[in-house]
Amino acid sequence: MTVPSLTERTPLGTETPPILEVKGLWKVFGPKADRVVGTALGRTELKEQTGCVAAVRDVSFSVRRGEVFVVMGLSGSGKSTLVRCLTRLIEPTAGEILLDGDDVRKADEKRLRELRRHRMAMVFQHFGLLPHRCVLDNVVFGLEIRGVPKQDRYVRAREVVGLVGLTGFESSYPDQLSGGMQQRVGLARALAADPEVLLFDEPFSALDPLIRREMQNEVIRLHHEVGKTMIFITHDLSEALKLGDRILIMRDGELVQVGTPDEVVGAPADDYVRDFVSDVPRSHVLTLRWIMREALPDEPLDGPELGPDVVIRDAVHTVMSADRPVRVTQDGALLGVVTSAEILEVIAGGQS
Amino acid sequence: MTNSRSGKIRVLVLVAGMGLLLNACAGAKVGETAAPAAGGGSAKACGTLNLAINPWVGYEANAAVIGYVAEKNLGCKVVKKDLKEEVAWQGFSTGEVDAVVENWGHDDLKKKYIDDQKTAVSAGPTGNKGVIGWYVAPWMAEKYPDITDWNNLNKYASLFKTSESGGKGQLLDGDPSFVTNDEALVKNLKLDFKVVYAGSETALITAFRQSQKQQTPLIGYFYEPQWFLSELKLVKVNLPAYKDGCDADAAKVACDYPPYELDKIVSKKFADSGSPAYDLVKNFTWTNDDQNLVAKYITEDKMTAEEAAAKWVADNPDKVKAWLPKS
Amino acid sequence: MAPVVGAVTGVATRLRVRGLLILAVLAIWGLGWALLNGRDTLALGGAELTPLHSSLSEGMDAVDDSRNSNPFFLYFINYIRLFLDEAVTFVQALISQPSFGRPVPVLGWLGVTGLATAIALLYGNRKAALLTAAGLVSFGLLGLWQESMDTLALTLTAVVLSLAVGIPLGVWAGMSDRFHRLVTPVLDFMQTMPTFVYLAPLTLFFLIGPASATVATMIYAVPPAIRITAHGIRQVSPDTLEAGASLGATTAQSLRHVRLPMAKQTIIVGVNQTIMAALSMATIAALIDAPGLGKTVLKALQTLDVGTAFNAGLAIVIMAVVLDRVTSAASRRVEAERRAGRLLTPGRRRLQVAGVLGVTAVLGYLSYTYVWAAEFPAQANIGPVVRRAADAASVWVQDSLVGFTGAVKNLLTNGLLNPFESLLTGSPWWLVFAVAVAVALLVGNARAALATAAGLAVLVLLGLWQDSMVTLASTLVATILVMMLGVVVGVWMGRSDRADTVLRPVLDAGQTMPAFVYLVPILGLFGPTRFTAIIAAVVFAAPVAIKLVAEGIRRVSPTTVEAATSVGASTWQLISKVQLPMARSGMTLAASQGLIYVLSMVVVGGLVGAGALGYDVVAGFSQHQLRGKGLAAGLAIVVLGIVLDRVMRAATERADAAAHGGQPHK
Repeated sequence: MTVPSLTERTPLGTETPPILEVKGLWKVFGPKADRVVGTALGRTELKEQTGCVAAVRDVSFSVRRGEVFVVMGLSGSGKSTLVRCLTRLIEPTAGEILLDGDDVRKADEKRLRELRRHRMAMVFQHFGLLPHRCVLDNVVFGLEIRGVPKQDRYVRAREVVGLVGLTGFESSYPDQLSGGMQQRVGLARALAADPEVLLFDEPFSALDPLIRREMQNEVIRLHHEVGKTMIFITHDLSEALKLGDRILIMRDGELVQVGTPDEVVGAPADDYVRDFVSDVPRSHVLTLRWIMREALPDEPLDGPELGPDVVIRDAVHTVMSADRPVRVTQDGALLGVVTSAEILEVIAGGQS
Repeated sequence: MTNSRSGKIRVLVLVAGMGLLLNACAGAKVGETAAPAAGGGSAKACGTLNLAINPWVGYEANAAVIGYVAEKNLGCKVVKKDLKEEVAWQGFSTGEVDAVVENWGHDDLKKKYIDDQKTAVSAGPTGNKGVIGWYVAPWMAEKYPDITDWNNLNKYASLFKTSESGGKGQLLDGDPSFVTNDEALVKNLKLDFKVVYAGSETALITAFRQSQKQQTPLIGYFYEPQWFLSELKLVKVNLPAYKDGCDADAAKVACDYPPYELDKIVSKKFADSGSPAYDLVKNFTWTNDDQNLVAKYITEDKMTAEEAAAKWVADNPDKVKAWLPKS
Repeated sequence: MAPVVGAVTGVATRLRVRGLLILAVLAIWGLGWALLNGRDTLALGGAELTPLHSSLSEGMDAVDDSRNSNPFFLYFINYIRLFLDEAVTFVQALISQPSFGRPVPVLGWLGVTGLATAIALLYGNRKAALLTAAGLVSFGLLGLWQESMDTLALTLTAVVLSLAVGIPLGVWAGMSDRFHRLVTPVLDFMQTMPTFVYLAPLTLFFLIGPASATVATMIYAVPPAIRITAHGIRQVSPDTLEAGASLGATTAQSLRHVRLPMAKQTIIVGVNQTIMAALSMATIAALIDAPGLGKTVLKALQTLDVGTAFNAGLAIVIMAVVLDRVTSAASRRVEAERRAGRLLTPGRRRLQVAGVLGVTAVLGYLSYTYVWAAEFPAQANIGPVVRRAADAASVWVQDSLVGFTGAVKNLLTNGLLNPFESLLTGSPWWLVFAVAVAVALLVGNARAALATAAGLAVLVLLGLWQDSMVTLASTLVATILVMMLGVVVGVWMGRSDRADTVLRPVLDAGQTMPAFVYLVPILGLFGPTRFTAIIAAVVFAAPVAIKLVAEGIRRVSPTTVEAATSVGASTWQLISKVQLPMARSGMTLAASQGLIYVLSMVVVGGLVGAGALGYDVVAGFSQHQLRGKGLAAGLAIVVLGIVLDRVMRAATERADAAAHGGQPHK
């Protein structure tokens, strides 16, 4: 199988400037943490020799404006620490975090607070709602602490409450709501501040599967409607594949792979990732680009046309019902062809 | 929420009802029946008398009578403060106590406040004679007549064994306010006894009461005048007689307790004030029988201290007259 | 008892080696005792002093003497005293003492009852309001209206000031680990140092009167306010705090909008505990002329008038129960309002408040104006009936049970207390020292052993080794009895709601009835002995232990109980194999609280024949030349409390670690 040149499935091109750039980020817990930065020791050796735990090790990535960027890893991989480092809820040990070119790590307390109030907002796994306040008062909380006049903040709060589908529940209290509804409140609270970047820390892992799917769709819908940049932490691969424009996979604090969902599934960086994605139905993730081949000289080239970024699953009907190879074209140029043989191989083969 | 309307109505009805009650109310108004404010013209001359009340009934009898006379005859404003001895004496130096009207010895306090600080002075004896010693319940004195001689105590030691005395006879000590030589006495008289601290007068009296009632043997530290003696006439055990100076060295003491002349102590400031109350305190003396009588009114007849004092004063006008300042 | 021992020393049985080691240590002790009995026991007679005691006395004298020259006293303390005096006098003028040239206080009984009921209704609920009204009227019926109001005035002033000091400090301790570490030992000290030790010196600083009584009360009542507030602030969910931080909340905003509102319910529990602590000082404060019911109790004690003491004690119990139920109801109301959404809209709530206050104002006016509403009618005085009944009951109990109780006393004293005590006091001090440190190491950890060594060394230095050992023996025996009662009654209460309903008021009474009230009857039954002191301690401490065990039993998950029942466990198996082991944390807490309560009764024990440290403290309060020794004895009690607490805590930690399969050595 050939690895095609990198092109994004998303409408965003590589040329979109990054809104957030992280360079060489470290977070070490333990005594004399800064001395540990740069270490090559493994987890257990490090613990034994220095008493420290490196939760994030030398992680670099950039997030483009409007992108949904997913950080995925098993529990203990450092993903939650990573996302907290971005707004310094946990103070990073080393590295740079540039938000629109400003170094977050250099911000003093006041600027940091401004940044948290206006530019980045977070949605938490356990919601973090104020139990003594009703839904509306929870949503206005962020605006209240940054000093928005009472009238204005309630207007804005009602707006976002409507946006996340909580209309009618404004005066309910958190413990009267289901988990899904509570997370909508958390979402509304984060949206109310109209931040540039929304951070999600495993927001749906405490919810049951049905609600989780509903909330995932809600995030997709919101992303379409408000177009925020989102950084989304999850341990659930299918969630990552479903939501992410790009996925960053972490293990033991280290970055293992960054790429689009089809890159991760189609070209795992190592056995760890391969193992991880082995159960994913490849036809749901891979695009035609991953299975097309060059046309044989004698093949008829008048079959239906499809783009290279069409997901295989969506191409099945066209390919299977065509009596000749389907052409994969981009901007009028022929990239390759796909026939039912290739499709069947993916669907039946699974691995390979 | 539905009952909030009825709640509102109820509130209105209540308010209305109260209003009616207000108008219809024919009760006496505060102030109309008020007792005349304490103190007439003579109150100025006397002012306030701050009496410490030490926690025993005999003391309270003294204080009740003095306070009653000061209030009725001299027009003083009497403020009684319930205090233990130590704290009461401190009050001399802080100016909050004018008089302590029954003092048992307390040479250490006398040294500190009278000799060193010079904030207190003696105001003479109360006339009461204090006796301290070892006592047994009457039934024991009857059954074992020779027990009242200390020489025979070892003979009866085994009678007094208790769970507390570790195989020896128990000698029950009482109120920690009293300085006792009992540990030294037991040792120096070579008695086969162990001192057990009952810890309070209450404990001591209860123990003697039960001793009589249940006919259980008990020997313990006690003293007179004490109201309990009029309920149960405890019998004193004779220790080697007291001679002057035989108790000079506390560790070597082997004689009975000295007889106490109970006295009155007043603050220097009070003594110099020229208040007629000072003269009253200074002149006050009465007998053990007088005190026991008032104490009996309080404990057995359940009178308040004021009632008891009023009764005694009414019955003894001559004695009272002698205490009053000659004017 | 067996399950308790099993739980507390669970590790010992689990790790056989450790158990054998402990046995070996105990065997060495026994042997050493047999061989060396009576040597190096560091005995000190009742009136004997060590140089340290004398110099402590002198130190206290020096402080006394500097009182009139030291600017610290002249300005700082003096102003505090003036403020406190004014505060108490003001409240007294409102509710208890003739004031403003009138022969009666501003508010008469009707006004106070109305106001208190209104507060209970507005902040608590209807049931609490009803109880409040009944409670207040009962003060009048007992013939103790004014005394009760004096006690209430003093208690409320002390509570308000304690909260004004305690809540801010508690918030600080909740936010700052360093301050928390700093303040905890101070609070331990304040709570275990016997009041008798500082009562007399206090009157030097704050003079005789309400100020001293208020300070004495506050010393005891502030610690729970600080501790529980700090706990409430600390237990606020970190998730919510993080959410606040992520939105850019400042520390102050996070405190105001997140921590305080979320800790509110816990803080009200703190208020409740502060009130109970303050009220428990009512009797002792009366020793320095604090007005109120405590005086009545002490006065009655002088003539052994059980009836009068009981009557006043009953009023104290009623006051405690009313205050407890109202604050509990207020705390539940916070919770309920949160859960159910606001029960009333602001408008309706305002109307309700206005209505209630209106009625109160009318009642207040009546009681200001008319004699019948100002002074509780004297005809309606059932006090004498209560007194006679209590007297009769006391006499009957003493006369008819004394044979039986005497036998029980002798059995337990000779069978349990005396052997244990003679082991502690008869062995050379260095042997007991070594054994204690070894045991602390084996059941706890190195830190506990270190604390034990340091604490015991202090006892030796204080010159009160033998007295401390006598007190320790009685304390441990009392704690064992408390835990036996705690487990038996606690399990019963935890399993039966009916038992709970019946027993709870009895337990409340046991906890709040001043010990002085029942001293005479128990003295009659058991004589002036250490056992009497143990009984007094058990009466006071068992209710806490029982409540905590019951709470633990009730918290065992019903699913687990169901599972055990479904495999056919008998009731006994259910209790011994499921409920008790699972309620272990509740029982540990019961044991440690029980111990603290027992220790706080050491001084009362000294009043009824326990001797040793309790008597030293009482004597120090009563005799000038013994005050240094009294102070030393107070310190020794504090040290005993701290050592026992540390060892017990370490043992619990080890047991927990072992139970969770962890390495107990870590």
